[in-house]
Amino acid sequence: MTSNTPAAAANAVTEKSMVQLEALRKSYGSVEAVRGVSLDVRPGQVVVIIGPSGCGKSTLLRCINLLEEPTSGILRVGDRTMDFSNKKSLPVGRELARFRSRFGMVFQQFDLFSHKTAIENIMIGQVVVRKTPVEQARKIARDYLDRVGLSGMEDRLPRELSGGQQQRVAIARALAMSPEVLLFDEVTSALDPELVGEVLEVMRDLAKEGATMIVVTHEMAFARDVADRVIVMDQGQFVEEGTAQDVMVNSQNPRTQSFLTRFHRSAGEVAEK
Amino acid sequence: MNHNWDFLAITNGFEVWWFKGILVTLAYASGTVLGGLIIGIFCGMGLLANRWWLSAPIHVYVEVFRCTPVLVQIVWFFFALPIILDISLPGWLAAGIGLTLYMGCFSTEIFRAGIISIDKGQWQAARAIGMTYPELMRHIILPQAIRRMVPPFVNQSVIQFKNTALLYVVAVPDLMYTGYLVVADTYRPLEVYTSVGAAYFVLLYPLTQWGKRLEARSDQ
Repeated sequence: MTSNTPAAAANAVTEKSMVQLEALRKSYGSVEAVRGVSLDVRPGQVVVIIGPSGCGKSTLLRCINLLEEPTSGILRVGDRTMDFSNKKSLPVGRELARFRSRFGMVFQQFDLFSHKTAIENIMIGQVVVRKTPVEQARKIARDYLDRVGLSGMEDRLPRELSGGQQQRVAIARALAMSPEVLLFDEVTSALDPELVGEVLEVMRDLAKEGATMIVVTHEMAFARDVADRVIVMDQGQFVEEGTAQDVMVNSQNPRTQSFLTRFHRSAGEVAEK
Repeated sequence: MNHNWDFLAITNGFEVWWFKGILVTLAYASGTVLGGLIIGIFCGMGLLANRWWLSAPIHVYVEVFRCTPVLVQIVWFFFALPIILDISLPGWLAAGIGLTLYMGCFSTEIFRAGIISIDKGQWQAARAIGMTYPELMRHIILPQAIRRMVPPFVNQSVIQFKNTALLYVVAVPDLMYTGYLVVADTYRPLEVYTSVGAAYFVLLYPLTQWGKRLEARSDQ
């Protein structure tokens, strides 16, 4: 099973980039959500992006798998280079759709296909996009469901699952496409506090197995324990970048400090309630 | 009221008329509903394509037919269209075009509303997994949207069924027009129009009950 997971990349941590951004920008009319961001993610790395709400973290993530088309800048994924100032270098139609399947994305609101059971959610991408035979897809789906700790839940509809279970199915759905890179967009923010742990645990396992991950989160403990690199984003730009220790403990950067102080204060308030 | 009810007077000898009238009403109801549904699917998809040259004419069509009485439409297509196009349309067709287009404009709105009611997250998740637009429509959006379209569509079909009675103004021999003919023959409007009303009720009541069941099911 491991042969077609992102973990396979772990054994060969090369100097080659998985994802590279250069001066990436995204604006909506006159509002600039992402203002010139550069990033280099190597195979097997876990990059965690933190920052205040509305700082452009999610938009940045959505620009990487082209759910949003960046306004300018360069995106390199494997050997595919896209220059957003030059529309001719951009994939369109089917090629664009298939490009997105190189990434596995997990969303804040889970967004499981609500008319499909857990196992069908994990199968549909393989069957429709990869043209995997149904029986084979079902077997693969069952393996992934087992891996996120939900065997026996095959035939549940999303509304019959808890938030934490739904999010784990969503992770399995992303994994089943054998993506090169996993993108996590605040995947625990919509969960009840007692359900956060089960999702983070799955993500920790993936990181341990060597998956390449870009994680937007407010889970500071996760960032501290798992991240190879922590990036602080504010107002559409990277403010600071380094190891978790550098950024979260020793940072001298006033904007980082201000974010962390505000964050801990509000987290503290929640805890007191 | 001192009326001598005599229903036999309006049935005896008129069985074939009534039978044909009911068939004509059923044929117009199903034909115009089906035609309207097909128009609705195409025009609804046209509206969703986000191309102004496609959506602008569809908007005009929908609004024109929504904001004019269906009776005017029937009469217009029957009398005016053949003159404008300088062709001779068979009367049954000209009369049906108006009703079909009327159903089509409401179906367009039902179709469009059903599609856009599907949560943005479903679209986004389908795109993120690598599906093309036709793939995500077929596998993710339409299966969910159709369930939501069914109740309003059944509702509009019931209205459409009753609207076929308006065809009598252009002498289409439907249930209503048959009633008019029988009255002319028997001078028994009370029996005739009571029976016509009852017939519509008997034909439609099962349809509304079926619609309720569908509604309950899509609420689950």
